[in-house]
Amino acid sequence: MTPLVELIDISIAFGGIKAVDHVSVDLYPGEVVGLLGHNGAGKSTLIKCLSGAYRKDSGEIRINGRKVEIENPRDARALNIETIYQTLALADNLDAAANLFLGRELTTGFGFLDEARMEAETRRIMGRLNPNFRKFNAPVSALSGGQRQSVAIARAVYFNAKILIMDEPTAALGPQETQMVAELIGELKRQGLGIFLIDHDIHAVKELCDRAAVMKNGQLVGIVRVDEVSEDDLLGMIILGKKPDTLAA
Amino acid sequence: MPDTAQRLDATEPRRGLMDALELDTRLLGMIGAFVLLCAAFNLVTDGRFLTPRNIFNITIQTVSVAIMASGMVFVIVTRHIDLSVGAVLAMASAVMGVTQTWWLIKVAGLPLGSPLIAPLTMLAGLAVGTAIGLFHGWLVGYQGIPAFIVTLGGLLVWRNVAWYTTSGQTIAPLDPTFLMFGGAEGTLGPAWSWILGALAALGAVWAIWSGRRAKLAHGFRVKPVWAETALAALVTGAILGFVAVLNAYPVPAAKLRRMFEARGEVMPEGYSIGHGLPISVLILLLVAVVMTVVARKTRLGRYIFAAGGNPDAAELSGINTRLLTVKVFGIMGFLCGLSAIVAQARLQSHPNDIGTLDELRVIAAAVIGGTALAGGVGTIYGAILGALIMQSLQSGMGMVGVDTPFQNIVVGGVLVLAVWIDIQYRKRVGMRQ
Ligand SMILES: Nc1ncnc2c1ncn2[C@@H]1O[C@H](COP(=O)(O)OP(=O)(O)O)[C@@H](O)[C@H]1O
Ligand SMILES: [Mg+2]
Repeated sequence: MTPLVELIDISIAFGGIKAVDHVSVDLYPGEVVGLLGHNGAGKSTLIKCLSGAYRKDSGEIRINGRKVEIENPRDARALNIETIYQTLALADNLDAAANLFLGRELTTGFGFLDEARMEAETRRIMGRLNPNFRKFNAPVSALSGGQRQSVAIARAVYFNAKILIMDEPTAALGPQETQMVAELIGELKRQGLGIFLIDHDIHAVKELCDRAAVMKNGQLVGIVRVDEVSEDDLLGMIILGKKPDTLAA
Repeated sequence: MPDTAQRLDATEPRRGLMDALELDTRLLGMIGAFVLLCAAFNLVTDGRFLTPRNIFNITIQTVSVAIMASGMVFVIVTRHIDLSVGAVLAMASAVMGVTQTWWLIKVAGLPLGSPLIAPLTMLAGLAVGTAIGLFHGWLVGYQGIPAFIVTLGGLLVWRNVAWYTTSGQTIAPLDPTFLMFGGAEGTLGPAWSWILGALAALGAVWAIWSGRRAKLAHGFRVKPVWAETALAALVTGAILGFVAVLNAYPVPAAKLRRMFEARGEVMPEGYSIGHGLPISVLILLLVAVVMTVVARKTRLGRYIFAAGGNPDAAELSGINTRLLTVKVFGIMGFLCGLSAIVAQARLQSHPNDIGTLDELRVIAAAVIGGTALAGGVGTIYGAILGALIMQSLQSGMGMVGVDTPFQNIVVGGVLVLAVWIDIQYRKRVGMRQ
């Protein structure tokens, strides 16, 4: 089977810092690949090369086996890649519907914004993702961290993504909301999406992911099947920067 | 699931009168301040401030700054600034002066008084303003030079390119058709003013009604019927009241006599007619409506506000923020050209210092009108009201006999005070910025 995404030998540097240093990871349909590593390991930077936020210095990206150039977020969206950024990337002065449809607004026959339909659609999807959400007419600056996060998640899953990137999607969520995101990931996986999940919670990664890629100082430590390693093994990879002895070839 | 969410929302209790009307409290505050200001000046001037004549004059004096202020809202909302608007106005004005008195006549060979002169002249002015605006936008958006610097440079450059364009000369007299766009020289008269006023009132009522219908169609919360009716009545009253006042200002008898003589007739004894709506005011109202629709109902407007609220988020959402910057400055430039038409026609000449210090008036109008320099927040109607408040303040002080330096001191103080009040207000209602 061809992988959905192949990131091959990706490098990107900021000034002297090699934020991502010759990293290769792939992702199959219906698979969740966790990205682990300390703060500053280069996880966000790596996935930003795929989401179009950054342009890689070198390396190759393939989607369904075909080489693609992703120059900006529009290119990524056109390839059905959706991203939940760590910073959420919401326009604080606009309401939930405006943020959900930002860059892809629904319009009426005359080309004007169809606010009523966008709000109705937002209510529909939020009813599924976060049934307690009420503040449809408030700017998102007035929302709690969890509510903001659910708006960002809604935006990523609304547009029929094939490839979903989630950069610490549960960082601002309580236990109950975190559980809902876990269920959502399971559901999307069953629908055949490929998901990159960045998460600090090793336990959650072991539960939700099929494979985990561990990074340290911009380099790939290794990629392992989560059911072949223990949580301690993963922790060891993150801290020591090398594969556990049992798996090392 | 979505149905539960909607139903709960629709039955949320309403807290008090203000909530029921869903009126913008900030706008109400501004209108309140404006009414107080007018009442105070009227008292001090023994009723001379609120005469139809003075209201007419303040209105036509406000138009030029108000047109540009509506464009400045977009510029400031996207976290930029434009210090060059007065100079760009002067540049467009200089080109229009030369076009109508020399280029079209001496070079293109049109006869004096040709009906083509006014439209071609205006086209030239709008083209010059738009081109300069687009160029500024390209320097800011694609070359990454801060707007403050680009337009500070633009201020010096265009003011003086304008000087060379006319060799430092004042240009007059201007084409008579062109003069109709300045204010008093071009008014619709009472009958047409009533018709337009009635149409505008109908349009406003229709907008309120269709907005309500769209909300009901999706089962969203709507205002109570009485609140909607009261709002419609208020808007209708304001529009028709404004028309009535402008109609009540009669055209001076000497001017009427000249108009009759021009047609080879004799003015009947005791004949009198009101001015009605000036064409320049109609242009401003049209700009206000179009800019408001752009801001609220189009993708362009949505992207302007998104980019102002969070430039990174806008970029990550696939919005081409560089091109957006070019468009915003292009609109600003176009409006400078439009303003130049009104300003030049009102002055009935192109003087070299036309538009001097307008950049400060325009920015002040937008800011008094609630546009936040931090970006992401601002309204077109606020900016226009801001321009009106400033003009009224200046005219009022003039009537009371305050000398010019002190007028400027007061206007400067009011600007700072207005922003301070705004900050306090936003703190209390818990908005960011
Ligand atoms: N835009 C940027 N400019 C400069 N340095 C950056 C930028 N983005 C990331 N970095 C650097 O790249 C490294 C990796 O950061 P990041 O990918 O955010 O790590 P992680 O997501 O794993 O915590 C860090 O050293 C960070 O400081
Ligand atoms: Mg990160």
